[in-house]
Amino acid sequence: MERKITGVLGEKLGMTQVFDANNRIVPVTVVRAGPCVVTQVRTPSTDGYSAVQLAYGGVDPRKVTKPLAGHFHRAGVPPRRHVVELRTLDASEYSLGQEIGAGAFSPGQLVDITGTSKGKGFAGGMKRHNFSGLGAGHGVERKHRSPGSIGACATPSRVFRGTKMAGHMGRARTTTLNLIVHAVDEEKNLLLIKGAVPGPTGGLLLVRTAVKVPLRKGGLQ
Amino acid sequence: MHTLDSLDAASLRSDIPDFRPGDTLKVHVRVVEGNRERVQIFQGVVIRRQNGGIRETFTVRKVSFGVGVERTFPVHTPIISRIEVVTRGDVRRAKLYYLRDLRGKAAKIKEKRQPTAAR
Repeated sequence: MERKITGVLGEKLGMTQVFDANNRIVPVTVVRAGPCVVTQVRTPSTDGYSAVQLAYGGVDPRKVTKPLAGHFHRAGVPPRRHVVELRTLDASEYSLGQEIGAGAFSPGQLVDITGTSKGKGFAGGMKRHNFSGLGAGHGVERKHRSPGSIGACATPSRVFRGTKMAGHMGRARTTTLNLIVHAVDEEKNLLLIKGAVPGPTGGLLLVRTAVKVPLRKGGLQ
Repeated sequence: MHTLDSLDAASLRSDIPDFRPGDTLKVHVRVVEGNRERVQIFQGVVIRRQNGGIRETFTVRKVSFGVGVERTFPVHTPIISRIEVVTRGDVRRAKLYYLRDLRGKAAKIKEKRQPTAAR
């Protein structure tokens, strides 16, 4: 289902706390949202779907490949580091080279934030899949954090694909849904988001209008 | 966290007096009841100051009707209308948790002698 989605690329600056109108402490993540530029507008007639392509971040123009440099040249903007496409119904309302910043969002709005989670390295089953491990006593020897059984024996005499086991954890695309925008600073292009967002400080984030809000709570059509 | 210092600066208060653990404070707390607001005074001894910057908090301990009461405030919270330093205490610790085990005269803190003007 296609909807009107507002989005902006940004960077996580870290967490702090602010006081709200009732003098309560609100934990917030500060996101530098934009300025992004529109580098391409996709329309159903030319591309088969409607979307808008956003670019963000500085990059040394000498290090941009020729094809990419040409792409940015056509949009009439200097090259950017990150490019992302946003499926939205109202793509035709955007124009090439248009700047988008924190002002695209308003305080109190619900947003989804996508980032790359912090890498945890090779992690065991307890950390990676919340396994319970084995007992601390009762004769358990050197097996306290092991996953236990990974399947039956001679039937099927193999391990099923997708069985949860130890392995690499983190550094994966992660989206946190329905975060509240606490405050917007249009001048400095800052978004104050209530709560935590994925990834390390300095990580790239994509802030979008929340998609999973029920209609009666002001969700999207 | 230096990148966010400028953002935090907006919430920091400059009207907070200098005080240390051992000092006796009168904390004027704004209390909202319905749509009425009044000021309540919480007087006691500071037993700790924790963290720094916008996150800094302090804990005030008093003995009320024989029961010890401790209240922790963020230093920069807007619910504090005013802080009054009643006495400066002479203590040798940063955290005065030992006061919890003492009562009566033993829990009294010596007042700090003010340095006299140099001759």
